[in-house]
Amino acid sequence: MRVGVFICHCGSNIAGTIDVARVAAEMRKVPGVAFATNYMYTCSEPGQEEIKQAIKREGLNRIVVAACSPRMHELTFRRTIEKAGLNRYFLEMANIREHISWVGLDKEANTNKAIDVVKMAAAKVMQDKPLFSQSFKVNKRVLVIGGGVAGMQSALDCADGGLDVLLVEKSPSVGGMMSRLDKTFPTIDCSICILGPKMVDVAQHDKITLHAYSEIDDIKGYVGNYQIKIRKKATYVDWTKCTGCGLCMEKCPSKNSYDHFNFGVAPTRAINIPFPQAIPKKAKIDPEYCRQFVKGKCGVCAKVCPTGAINYEMQDEIITEDVGAIVVASGYGLMDVAKLPEYGGGRYPDVITGIQYERLLNASGPTEGHILRPSDKTEPKTIVFVSCAGSRDKSCGVPYCSNFCCMYIAKQAILTKDHIPDSQSFVFYMDIRSPGKGYDEFTRRAQEDYGAKYVRGRVSRIYPKGKKMVVMGADTLLGTKVEVEADLVVLANAVTAAPGAAQLAEKLHISYDTFGFYVESHPKLRPVETNTAGVYLAGAAQGPKDIPASVGQGSAAAAKVLALFSKDMLESDPAVAKVNENTCVGCLKCKMTCPFGAVKEKELRGGKIVANVIETVCAGCGVCTSTCPCGAIQLSHFTDNQLLAEVNTLCQK
Amino acid sequence: MADREYAYYSGCSLEGTAVEYDMSMREVFKALGLTLREPEDWSCCGSTPAHTVDHVFAAALAARNLSIIEKMGTQTVTVPCPSCLSAFKRAHLGMTGDESFKEKVNDLLDEPYNGGVNPKSTLQIMVEDIGLEAVGNKVTHALPDLVVAPYYGCILTRPPEIAQFDDPENPMSMDNILEAVGVRVSPFAFKLECCGAAFGVPKREMVNQLSSKVLSMAIDSGANCIAVACPLCQQNLDLRQSQVNSTMGTNFNIPILYFSQIVGLTYGLSPKALGLDKLIVSADHIVRSRITVQEMEQRKQAEIEKEKAAKAKPKKDEIKAEET
Repeated sequence: MRVGVFICHCGSNIAGTIDVARVAAEMRKVPGVAFATNYMYTCSEPGQEEIKQAIKREGLNRIVVAACSPRMHELTFRRTIEKAGLNRYFLEMANIREHISWVGLDKEANTNKAIDVVKMAAAKVMQDKPLFSQSFKVNKRVLVIGGGVAGMQSALDCADGGLDVLLVEKSPSVGGMMSRLDKTFPTIDCSICILGPKMVDVAQHDKITLHAYSEIDDIKGYVGNYQIKIRKKATYVDWTKCTGCGLCMEKCPSKNSYDHFNFGVAPTRAINIPFPQAIPKKAKIDPEYCRQFVKGKCGVCAKVCPTGAINYEMQDEIITEDVGAIVVASGYGLMDVAKLPEYGGGRYPDVITGIQYERLLNASGPTEGHILRPSDKTEPKTIVFVSCAGSRDKSCGVPYCSNFCCMYIAKQAILTKDHIPDSQSFVFYMDIRSPGKGYDEFTRRAQEDYGAKYVRGRVSRIYPKGKKMVVMGADTLLGTKVEVEADLVVLANAVTAAPGAAQLAEKLHISYDTFGFYVESHPKLRPVETNTAGVYLAGAAQGPKDIPASVGQGSAAAAKVLALFSKDMLESDPAVAKVNENTCVGCLKCKMTCPFGAVKEKELRGGKIVANVIETVCAGCGVCTSTCPCGAIQLSHFTDNQLLAEVNTLCQK
Repeated sequence: MADREYAYYSGCSLEGTAVEYDMSMREVFKALGLTLREPEDWSCCGSTPAHTVDHVFAAALAARNLSIIEKMGTQTVTVPCPSCLSAFKRAHLGMTGDESFKEKVNDLLDEPYNGGVNPKSTLQIMVEDIGLEAVGNKVTHALPDLVVAPYYGCILTRPPEIAQFDDPENPMSMDNILEAVGVRVSPFAFKLECCGAAFGVPKREMVNQLSSKVLSMAIDSGANCIAVACPLCQQNLDLRQSQVNSTMGTNFNIPILYFSQIVGLTYGLSPKALGLDKLIVSADHIVRSRITVQEMEQRKQAEIEKEKAAKAKPKKDEIKAEET
């Protein structure tokens, strides 16, 4: 056994608070260590070259690199020693940067701890066994969850790259939040005019299969080989027959149904097509409001439908599909304004949300683009916009910024002036956050060219006074109290994770933060990957994002999928659990605890039942090994012997 | 509603300026079948002056009373004054949540407080322990012309982590109690707006301005009476109403009743026993407008018939027109 130890300075990151030369000197005394040195930047090209040469020169067969987190460079060094002819699993990394030099300032104590940690790594590397990857085939189909702008972009890019795409959207039409917007900042493009063609492309692309009004029920498998169960929710309308003529909607007697598409700004019919540009343009019954479902009699839509598409007996349908990669673009949600009682959220009709105001501005919205107060349908002259309504507020559970409100408020203030020239907009803000191309100019335009009055300060209370809404706030620049009597108040309510985001994450085995947004592999270097191989993120499912960022990320996720699928075979990670069939008693406790469903029952020739690990499904978490009562299941590269070698070394002082 | 026993900490204001709150609360609780026991030798709760100086000392003043109540063997103390309640809850939560704070406070006390008393406002007792249905069942009288603006004041439900009761921004408990006894409640937006609190002495001008806003908002909301649950709010709105009128050039004449007085009136209790004669702005017309529930029913019936007759009338006219 000839171990080589390489201690990295990482500039002053490690050498600043650890005496690296002493660590190397101490390591030379360890039996089995044939060579130990310290180097300025071990991860650099000359640093790696040094390792390769040392392996040849000194005849090394095991390598320890004491440097940064293995998350950062383990793969780098594995490749390095592989090039020098060693098995890539004959490498151990001792994390002396994140675990030691960055967290302590006492050089003496740090150095002693570093010696211990590197000695442990050396003890383990001497127990390491060579491991070899297996190859498996990739199913080159991709599932995109979410038909908003990010999901559609991802689906189109994948499809244009020649992949078969399944696009699953939970609402009856693709388009997502963007399809609800009137204009987009900072160019004042008509939102649906630029989105509509994409929606049509999605529907007409021969590589894309669209499942609208569908949800993901279950996901099994691993990168390259996922099995998906999709629940096609009952629409009570046979979409193969429905032509989208809208006759049913016209005749439906249930006129006060909640309009999900318009966020309840105005009521809709129980059977409806969400909006004129909907893709697919098919009707759907909302059983919560439909008289046939609520009272058991009506049937008007069935009578008038010229194609006989109505089917009140329809049931959810579950279909199974196989894919090789998944792009999650499930979007965002908005905070329920009832959680903001000081603003009268949900109590006063003339206090509405930004997205509701967007629907009032929209030509295909319930007011046909005329801004009318919900209470009395009159044109408001004084409009107050409240930014950060619930966001950047720990007491509301949303400490983060919602990213795009500053911009859409500026846009809405501009559009308000266009719609009602004699109107006056007030914007209560905490900070103006508009750091994009043309963004700051845009918020300035709202103030300078369109006369929106920006007041820096938070609103404390909103209450009705006669027909007006009084907005009580502070001007923290002037240091005075401000009261505005408004006709309409628009709350830029906080952006939250999409409803059900956490449940979807559990199904996908991807991590999410305390707010329900999905967590990327690395915030800077792996922004669209998750820690689950083959699952990629796009759009606001990962955190509040505006349209350009969502589209960019949608394309990035597609690029990742195309790169993944550029190989016909993928290599599995051999650091997985293995069962010793001689000592396994077949209790199958490991099967019960495995979070990935990687353990299966296996009958040996003699009829003995043992556990069996499916290598490609196993994620190497090690839960099974700590569960096994007889130690028969071991995680390769982290076996009991390997870990005990580390512990023994630490205790032998 | 079975008989229940509560410790009752009235505090200094209910002995003096708010004696009618004390009287009416006792009467209403008696009518609801609750026994109130006053702790012996109770002392100041700490209130405003103490907690601005020293939190441990302030908690000790409240905890002394809590320790006496603990010895009485009653688990819940009802505290009508929000200021006392806040002091009690702060002391209780501090001493049950923080061991070192508890030690510091107990060092100052003759008898230690072990955290066995639950301080609740009278509103909380009525909503949570008695229940709105039981509160409504005792009603014998109606106040047909009354529209009440329920005014909670700033500290009854706040801060939420201390008060742990009702909504800190849009409380509904008093609204619900008043509606349960058949009183009409106005949509009052200034439920929690500050009345000026204890600034009546050092900055009277400020109190006048703030109180005037509360009063005018109540009237704007269509109310002809304000219901309160805080002695200081009552004082600022009632006692100082003429002050507000003279400095602000207003002409308010709106009675400020404790919610317990209104509940008492619907229970048919005598106005004298409820201390209604102790109000500065007269509530006589409210008392005079009181009728029994039966009378109210008859009136309603009569109104319905009148409406029916009014609807029927045009038909007769039509017939006449046809005849001629």
